[in-house]
Amino acid sequence: MTATTASDLSSVTSSDAALRAFLHGLPGVDQVGAEQRAAMLGTRSIKTTAKAWAIDLAIRMVDLTTLEGADTPGKVRALCAKARRPDPADPTCPPVAAICVYPAMVPVATEALAGSGIHTASVATAFPSGQAPLEIKLADTKAAVAAGADEIDMVINRGAFLAGRYLEVFEEIAAVKQACGPAHLKVILETGELSTYDNVRRASWIGMLAGGDFIKTSTGKVPVAATLPVTLVMLEAVRDFRDLTGRQVGVKPAGGIRTTKDAIKYLVLVNETAGDDWLDPDWFRFGASTLLNDLLMQRTKLTTGVYAGPDYFTLD
Amino acid sequence: MFEYAPAPESRAVVDIKPSYGLFVDGAFVDPADGAYFKTINPASEEVLSEVAEAGPADVDRAVAAARKAYDKVWSRMPGRDRAKYLYRIARIIQERGRELAVLESLDNGKPIRESRDVDIPLVAAHFFYYAGWADKLAHAGFGPAPRPLGVAAQVIPWNFPLLMLAWKIAPALAAGNTVVLKPAETTPLTALLFAEICQQADLPPGVVNIVTGAGETGRALVEHAGVDKIAFTGSTDVGKAIARSVAGSRKKVTLELGGKAANVVFEDAPIDQAVEGIVNGIFFNQGHVCCAGSRLLVQESVYEPVLASLKRRMARLRVGDPLDKNTDIGAINSAAQLERIRTLSDIGGEEGAERWSPPCELPENGFWFAPTIFTGVTQAHRIAREEIFGPVLSVLTFRTPAEAVEKANNTPYGLSAGVWTDKGSRILWMADRLRAGVVWANTFNKFDPTSPFGGYKESGYGREGGRHGLEAYLDV
Repeated sequence: MTATTASDLSSVTSSDAALRAFLHGLPGVDQVGAEQRAAMLGTRSIKTTAKAWAIDLAIRMVDLTTLEGADTPGKVRALCAKARRPDPADPTCPPVAAICVYPAMVPVATEALAGSGIHTASVATAFPSGQAPLEIKLADTKAAVAAGADEIDMVINRGAFLAGRYLEVFEEIAAVKQACGPAHLKVILETGELSTYDNVRRASWIGMLAGGDFIKTSTGKVPVAATLPVTLVMLEAVRDFRDLTGRQVGVKPAGGIRTTKDAIKYLVLVNETAGDDWLDPDWFRFGASTLLNDLLMQRTKLTTGVYAGPDYFTLD
Repeated sequence: MFEYAPAPESRAVVDIKPSYGLFVDGAFVDPADGAYFKTINPASEEVLSEVAEAGPADVDRAVAAARKAYDKVWSRMPGRDRAKYLYRIARIIQERGRELAVLESLDNGKPIRESRDVDIPLVAAHFFYYAGWADKLAHAGFGPAPRPLGVAAQVIPWNFPLLMLAWKIAPALAAGNTVVLKPAETTPLTALLFAEICQQADLPPGVVNIVTGAGETGRALVEHAGVDKIAFTGSTDVGKAIARSVAGSRKKVTLELGGKAANVVFEDAPIDQAVEGIVNGIFFNQGHVCCAGSRLLVQESVYEPVLASLKRRMARLRVGDPLDKNTDIGAINSAAQLERIRTLSDIGGEEGAERWSPPCELPENGFWFAPTIFTGVTQAHRIAREEIFGPVLSVLTFRTPAEAVEKANNTPYGLSAGVWTDKGSRILWMADRLRAGVVWANTFNKFDPTSPFGGYKESGYGREGGRHGLEAYLDV
């Protein structure tokens, strides 16, 4: 990889053949080894002060998400209130990073979050399947940005990726990035559908080369969502990409992360793979909904020494 | 900065007695001449306990007990009944796993993560595995009714104290032998706890005897006229001495000795996992591993990215308190071993290799050595030829597969090797040519009771583990 310099990188996306050669030239991922490494890091024992620090950081990294057909303004407003003050009983509890909703709910969220510093993220590009013509995906994106979203979570064209049409995937992401204007772009790889770690690594590079500000694991709408080894591979990709280009890209595991224990495992993974620079809500997020209450429960346990029942935490 | 708070495993789970006798004929007994030696925690130099030093009279007594148990009980017992005892021992090891892990880390200095997740589970697995063979020896490929050998004298090293005990005792007992085992003088405690487990399992007296002591005790044991079989794991020098001393006698011998394994990384390797494998190969158990991947052979075309990744990864290694659950590298087992590692490392520098260690703070007390790599090493350097048995890696390069094979085999040892490549055919091509008892492909330091382990050349002879491991304890 060191043979390629930052200036050559524009040429790797000049043709389908060049991009294919580049992606297939990336070092492979050994499945057994990657899973073993992730499992080993999962055994780190994070206690007391380290745990308290990690829980607060994890809360600040949550993209509090509701992506349901049944979403209403009332539901979204309630979630926004929770985002501002996750624990009404404790003012020292930090707010979350962002609210993540469908485009139609963006105006409600933006209004409810005004002045809070909490970002409004909108899924777009015919989320979750992405099976729509490009012009519709771009219109979807522009509408969300126009309605006030400052972060866009797009899905890549998995059909094109699995068919080997890498340049098409790249060009779509680049077009969406342009449509985003000032909004940050998170590129959802839907790793559960990509299936192999080699594919995850290649898709990560396509997302970064095309200008994505974040790479994100999953929509949460297919059976396999975020896993530790997949996130490990993506963290290696953003680390290597920064080494090569100097540009830092964030990572967002989403879907299936429900407990504090899990969240802390991810933070350990970040710490020991990409490093300190990524331990910040600007560079690492959790796409989650139920995770937040478990974080709050554990936080209360650490400060008071006792577990409070689930009724002491708000359900929104 | 994400600083991990201390996460120490509790010492309270293990009850260390102030003094231990010898385990002979099912009971703890005082040594004949009343001599004891101390065993310390290498991470703090704190004295953990004192342990009997067995002299020739004690060894005599232990061998006699083993002989009696062999003649009267164990060799006559049906295999299915021997299996019951072995299964019982395996289950007790699992039940007392935490206790054994903590004691192993205290006496040896290895991180609790390794004793908990690697050593002790493998110990139990070995007993379970060979328990299964005890009533199936007729189907092991050594004839319709293979006979045991008799009394086995077993001498084990300090790097995996309880695991090496399991590798020795489980197949010996399954095959119908009785044993006298001598643990290393710096790590006797888990063997003595194992003796208690034998009592707890109601193992007939004399089937397992444990005599503690140093080199002299070991010599008295292997040279004893009453033993039929010698199994030794340790240094090549001692192994050669044992082979000489038994020449011309009826004793059968298996030796598992030193190594200087090549870990070969090709340009098409999965680099991130290869780096993990390099780290695991040489820094696992502080490099106190006979099959450690102590020579890294990297294809020149990927030398720079591999080395950069390796250094970045090494900077993440957590060196310190072995009982902390987040420790990756614990203490060096003894002052003598630390001295040897220092001496050979200094020679590496004097011979012109470039030495590098990540910044890391070492505790004040105890025996510690920072993870270290030497670059610019050639086959002519002593650090590329001699076994250091510590967290020190020599990095060499190669240009072609043929050169990799030539360099990998250019050593008096032949215990293990590693190959990292995405190309399946190349793995097989390499495995055919590497003169090593174990060749790992895209992994390293993986052990399993079903898999035979042992060396070529000066790494010893005989195999432990698997069906092959039975052969060493049967009259075939």
